[in-house]
Amino acid sequence: MGKSINLIILEGGTIYDPYKNKKKAGSILIEDGVVKEVGKVITPDNAQKIDCTGKLIVPGLIDIHAHFREPGREDKETLATGARAAFSGGFTRVCVMPNTNPPLDSPEAIRFIIEKSADLPVKIFPIGAITFGQKGLELTEFGEMVKAGAVAISDDGLPVQNGQVLRNALEYAQKYGIPVINHAEDIHLRNDGVINESSLSTRLGLPGNPDISESVMVHRDLEIADYTGGTIHVPHVSTKRSVDLIRKYKKMGVNVTAEVTPHHIGLTENKLTEYDTSAKVAPPLRTELDRKALIKGLLDGTINCIATDHAPHTIEEKEMDFIHSPCGMIGLESAFGLSHTVLTESGASTERVVQWFTKGPADIMGWEIVPFQIGKPAEIAIIDSKQKWTFKESHIQSRSKNSPMLGMKFTGRVVGTISGKNTYGNLLD
Amino acid sequence: MGALKNKHLIGLEHTPARDIQKLIDTGFTFREVLDRPIKKVPSLTGKNIVNLFFENSTRTRISFELAEKRLSADVTNFSASASSVSKGEGLKDTVQNIHAMKMDCAVMRHPVPGTCLQLSKFVDAVVINAGDGTHEHPTQALLDMMSIKEKFGKLKGLKIAIVGDILHSRVALSNIYGLQKMGAKVTLCGPPHLIPRGIQELGVSVNTDIDEVIEWADALNVLRIQRERMGVGIIPSVREYRDFFGITQERLDNHKKEIVIMHPGPMNRGVEIDSSVADGDQAIILDQVLNGVAIRMSILYLLLGPDEGEES
Repeated sequence: MGKSINLIILEGGTIYDPYKNKKKAGSILIEDGVVKEVGKVITPDNAQKIDCTGKLIVPGLIDIHAHFREPGREDKETLATGARAAFSGGFTRVCVMPNTNPPLDSPEAIRFIIEKSADLPVKIFPIGAITFGQKGLELTEFGEMVKAGAVAISDDGLPVQNGQVLRNALEYAQKYGIPVINHAEDIHLRNDGVINESSLSTRLGLPGNPDISESVMVHRDLEIADYTGGTIHVPHVSTKRSVDLIRKYKKMGVNVTAEVTPHHIGLTENKLTEYDTSAKVAPPLRTELDRKALIKGLLDGTINCIATDHAPHTIEEKEMDFIHSPCGMIGLESAFGLSHTVLTESGASTERVVQWFTKGPADIMGWEIVPFQIGKPAEIAIIDSKQKWTFKESHIQSRSKNSPMLGMKFTGRVVGTISGKNTYGNLLD
Repeated sequence: MGALKNKHLIGLEHTPARDIQKLIDTGFTFREVLDRPIKKVPSLTGKNIVNLFFENSTRTRISFELAEKRLSADVTNFSASASSVSKGEGLKDTVQNIHAMKMDCAVMRHPVPGTCLQLSKFVDAVVINAGDGTHEHPTQALLDMMSIKEKFGKLKGLKIAIVGDILHSRVALSNIYGLQKMGAKVTLCGPPHLIPRGIQELGVSVNTDIDEVIEWADALNVLRIQRERMGVGIIPSVREYRDFFGITQERLDNHKKEIVIMHPGPMNRGVEIDSSVADGDQAIILDQVLNGVAIRMSILYLLLGPDEGEES
């Protein structure tokens, strides 16, 4: 990564634009990180030739939900290491959540992220907190944060419990044209729950977190969004009940969007039968019924996109007992492989999967992206949809290694990423 | 070693019926030892056992210690502070300490479910679960089954009811697994919101009418009701609990039937069970205590002792 390129040409592949859903055979010539020619290109003698035969050349992937822990927990991840992890997974744009220490609840904090990440291979878009200190009480300066570069607001893992505060946020945010992201969980119904409540939690003797802790809050948020006309985004949907509610309110015309994580469509609570803390996550892994409903939600458009909820934690923390070990898993490096494997098995095309990583998140954030534009810095991922691979620790670029996906077999892989002058991947070495 | 299928005793969920049978049978052998004037045998001479208690316990700890000493093992006791557990510290250090001290066996009580399984994956020593949070308490269930067997001469076909706060009970879960494997039928009785979700999938019945349950059952295993759950919006009051779920003298008198009363202790006399019932002819609560020592000797012997066939 970070190696400078002069002139490179991607040849022999298929160029796919997920924003227009158009596909054509062709080459892309990149000079000093800038797209120079697209389509039928005469290969210059001095160009480094990248053989993309059988590969899909797509715009860089987008993740709208990641935790890079900076400032405050740089021992878990930094903007630089998080960007490295994202870049290796095919991402060129990442939105980072505000649950840092201190939280991103001011324009100063937003500017810190923007300035600190300016030279990284991945563009970092900060999400500001809804309330000061994520305390759920007083609204932050939405307008000043947006001016400083915030693209959405969220109190992240701390759900806004007070309905009036969320109402105010949904009304006020409309002035600045940004979505309000509320981690949907009724903390009283969650109670002490650490895994999905079911016969499995009963068998393991672990306190259960019922699916209604999510759907009850999703329902409240949808009602408030309907009443106010605000734009609500539901992060990491995990239950069938929530999918059904979102589908219903979408049909009613409510401004709601939703995301699902690769782990919620790829894993179930059965990953936890031996108290594996690496699979402890919020919201918890649910049942097969839920997993299937989430996939159906993606396929029928109820859920707009895939987002990783990349949540790095140290080994020391994940070595603690199950109750005290923190929730969360990393996901940027395995996101495409896992999602592509699961979704193509469910009947989706590779192109569709790419859309859930590009057009889906871009639409939620209101970004108009025209890919492969001549004269603009390249933002490209190269995909081998047929490659079979096993996810290993050596694939992890994050500073943390907490992934229950280690050892899983995937079909489909990002084999190269280009962002301006930066490149990553075997194909580009 | 090798007398049982599993190297450790983590829970009865994964203990085969054959091993439960063997543990109970051997328990009766050791029960005879306990009736001798000199209650000590040399079976585990030279074995090092550490009792790790990360949570307060009086009777389980004493019972294990007695069992270990009567088998002539070398015993070390370790009690951790509640604060280190509440911060989630301790497990890794525990693992390393057991390695460093070259222990043959660790008996562990811990407030967090799953910790005994986690420990067993990282140490060479034999791990015995003395209660892991609201998960399992296999030695308690084994002594309960041994006591039932002593009273009835069998387990197969018996109807056993477990009464009380099932949701927060490790005793209930281990009893459910063990009793069903040995061919007994199990019914749970308690306030509906203290019956954990999906428990029927384990094969048990649920009936919240204590009088119907008394009519049905051969034996009642009465669970301790935690006083801290009283009057904090979970169990509204002692009088209401007694009225609807308490094993009172009056209630038993009304039924006019033979029924065996068990309690894992410590009891809240006058809450879940009347003093006169606990001390009455139908109760086998003190037999459970004595059998507790015998069954723990059996467990330690079968997991740590000389190979099968040799005399203890």
